[in-house]
Amino acid sequence: MIPSLPRPVWLRAGTALYLVAFLIFLFLPLVTVGVFAFNDAAYPAPPWHGFTLDWFIGNAAKARTGLFGDEELLGSIWTSFEVACAVTVLSVVIGTTNAFLMERGRFWGKQALSVMMLAPLVIPGVILGISILAFASRVADVLNDSFGLELEFLRPGLPLVVLGQFSYIAAIATLTISARLKRFDRTLEEAAYNLGASRPAVLWTITLPYLRPALIGSAAIAFLMSFENFNTTLMLVGADSPLTIMMYGRMREGATPVLNAVSLFLMVASAVLALSLMRRSEPR
Amino acid sequence: MDDTAGPAWQRRLMVGLLLAPALLWLFALIVLPHVDLALLSLRERTAPREYVTSLAQYRTFFGEPLYWHIFVRTAVMSLISTLLTLLIAFPIAWTIAKLARGRLGTLLFIVCLIPFWVSETVRTLGWMILLRESGVLPGILVHLGITAVPVELLYHDATILVGLVYTSLLFMVVPLVSSLESLDNSLIEAAYDLGGNGLSILRQIVIPHALPGITAGCIVVFMLTLGNYLTPTLLGGTSSQWFTEQIYTQFITRFNWEQGAAFGFLLLALSTSMVWVGLKLSGQRFSDVMRRT
Repeated sequence: MIPSLPRPVWLRAGTALYLVAFLIFLFLPLVTVGVFAFNDAAYPAPPWHGFTLDWFIGNAAKARTGLFGDEELLGSIWTSFEVACAVTVLSVVIGTTNAFLMERGRFWGKQALSVMMLAPLVIPGVILGISILAFASRVADVLNDSFGLELEFLRPGLPLVVLGQFSYIAAIATLTISARLKRFDRTLEEAAYNLGASRPAVLWTITLPYLRPALIGSAAIAFLMSFENFNTTLMLVGADSPLTIMMYGRMREGATPVLNAVSLFLMVASAVLALSLMRRSEPR
Repeated sequence: MDDTAGPAWQRRLMVGLLLAPALLWLFALIVLPHVDLALLSLRERTAPREYVTSLAQYRTFFGEPLYWHIFVRTAVMSLISTLLTLLIAFPIAWTIAKLARGRLGTLLFIVCLIPFWVSETVRTLGWMILLRESGVLPGILVHLGITAVPVELLYHDATILVGLVYTSLLFMVVPLVSSLESLDNSLIEAAYDLGGNGLSILRQIVIPHALPGITAGCIVVFMLTLGNYLTPTLLGGTSSQWFTEQIYTQFITRFNWEQGAAFGFLLLALSTSMVWVGLKLSGQRFSDVMRRT
């Protein structure tokens, strides 16, 4: 119950205990992953054999490849990065045009369109993946049969991965940016017009600066969701694997602590991203 | 950008320019692919490059016990996992929204969010290291004398549930906190003064107020669990029997796209109908629920 009401001792103690147990549950897997990145053994399992940095920098004497020497893994990080950048740019741009469309535009069928824009969020990622895969292949086949065109980007590969992830991340960006645009005070724009500003000038100096926090926030979310996406990517991936797919493949084979090392790297990277975002949003 | 200013043709041009990317996105990547998938699921290969329209793919699903067993199993496990997530997340959301005051509450909320900034792959790797036979927890159990030899804690249904609940917690905690925060404390105090006890207050005041948040959380968690691939296959191993795995097998391994498309549609139908039932039960609108999460 709430603090202003009498709470028996057992309830207070129980709440505290539950909270501690919950936090342990939450952090145990992450701490484990981090700790075993430094274990001097061939497999990420106990017992503890002592501290080593082999799984980061490698060790030729023990025939260990570290994260920084594992070209396959580094390549997949780069692939994920490229995909995430493309998805972020696409999602934020389309999210912004959608926000203006839905908040400012008046047209027939607007209600239906706003429901449709939410649909990608309730379609399981695997199904988004297979439907885009099947459709792209059909388009490619038709173009090939009737015009002899072979369009490589419609076959499984990174361009399709980008499209697949974009198909639902755009919906999230639209929601975030629309929510902020809705709260915008329109008199600011009117004042600028009255003072003689042109449309592009108003957009550039008044409206977009106001939207900045939402643009940055949705860009960060889009980047993170793309980087971590698994379901949609799994169905659309070609020869170049993004990081999550590469890690999944190695985890099935029973992997070395290199995976722990790359995981730790990911944890640190996302923590830095999260902290810098929070710092940005704090003064507001 | 201003819809009320400028001549009519300019306004129409603006709406048209903004409408084009939206329609391109929705039709090229969502609507048409799903129509295509539906057509694909409704055809049957009779000879190489020859197809007829039929319900054969759906007949295979209902005729082959293995397939619909896995389907039902996935649905039931997802339901159990959703309820467990709700039960585990509710006290935490209550603590964040009502008990921890000021900065402590915010801090606790952020701490709860941190693990979900990390990829699901990493979290699953953590559980695998903890639970596998040569892993951390079986070792501790032997050390404490609870089991004589290390036991395999991976590849059980319970393991899959642990992984699924873990992955889903965030999506339950966030809507619950926001719906509980809007509950006025004086309502609870009034109920208490009028003789209500913990249980009756929970049932008559708290739950009715938090229902939109509960529904939103449950819908999202159920949907994500149903569509999950990584956690069941890695924590459940070959015995996971998750329906998304069947879709993958048909599509990628066997290259039987017609069958895979039918499976995909069945999963989509299940997911959509559960969302619909959830909305009906709580009397909410789809768009409100999605904005909440």
